Amino acid sequence: MEIPYTVAERPDTGVNNVKLGIWLFLASEVMLFGGLFSSYVLLRVGAIEWPLGAEFVNIPIGTFNTAVLIGSSVTMVMAFASAKMGDFAKYKTYMGTTILLAVLFLMVKSYEYWEKISHDHLPSHGTFLAIYWTMTGLHGLHIIGGIAVNGFLWGPGSSMFHTKRDQFINRVEAAGLYWHFVDLVWIFLFPVLYLL
Amino acid sequence: MSGSPEEVKKHIGVYLKVAGALGVGTVVTVLASFLDVAIALGIVIALIIALTKGSLVVAFFMHLLEERSKAILWTLALTATFWFFLMLLPLFTMSDHIGTPQTLSNADAAEAHAEEAH
Repeated sequence: MEIPYTVAERPDTGVNNVKLGIWLFLASEVMLFGGLFSSYVLLRVGAIEWPLGAEFVNIPIGTFNTAVLIGSSVTMVMAFASAKMGDFAKYKTYMGTTILLAVLFLMVKSYEYWEKISHDHLPSHGTFLAIYWTMTGLHGLHIIGGIAVNGFLWGPGSSMFHTKRDQFINRVEAAGLYWHFVDLVWIFLFPVLYLL
Repeated sequence: MSGSPEEVKKHIGVYLKVAGALGVGTVVTVLASFLDVAIALGIVIALIIALTKGSLVVAFFMHLLEERSKAILWTLALTATFWFFLMLLPLFTMSDHIGTPQTLSNADAAEAHAEEAH
């Protein structure tokens, strides 16, 4: 049985269901990460001493990863634009690059984690490291989720480009909105955890 | 984003400009962290840069600038309101000791030890 799917705008919301759905999901994500940022502020203003991020984290590596994630956001929006313009080859290239950049981000992050584990900088070591591991770990899980969705839309899911293009573009747009949100979270995590 | 392929083509130039601005913003964020300023001012500077970069992503990559659906705009307005209060909560906890300097419980240990020695 095929799940009913429509890309038509609903007259009551003025938008199609997928787009409203993904924005509602992102609103809940804002509150999820908002709770953690709020906890960070609470812990930081309540602490008599707070270590400078640079004591535990590697700023050049963090800066590199920020550039990688921003780059992946650019290729993601280019993948969407290519699909919209009907250029399948360019879509595949840009979406493939987005996935590769996301994998690169995770590899660099894994190196950072390995470095911390080898120096015994574990969450139990202190408040800063506890919030660092929690926030970057949750963000990393979101990256993994994004890779899975983008991987599907690059691989098996891309056949829909030739059969149900509107539906396919609709899905790419929703995946893009999610991916830009993941980039957005990192834009705030980077200065908060690495530079302040 | 809605619109014809021709309209989408026009957006590509904007995406590349935004990408450049985000790159510059990242470099500025790192350079600003080396400024010799008070911690509070440093936090304000870093958050202003992050807010500017975030706004660019939301406005252009997520196409919120072109969004006309009231359902989405109201959802985001409500989210922003709750998020604002969520961020204020930690500051409310500070209100009961405003003006009271925070000191370690053994901050006067050195003086007390010196008095004992006399």
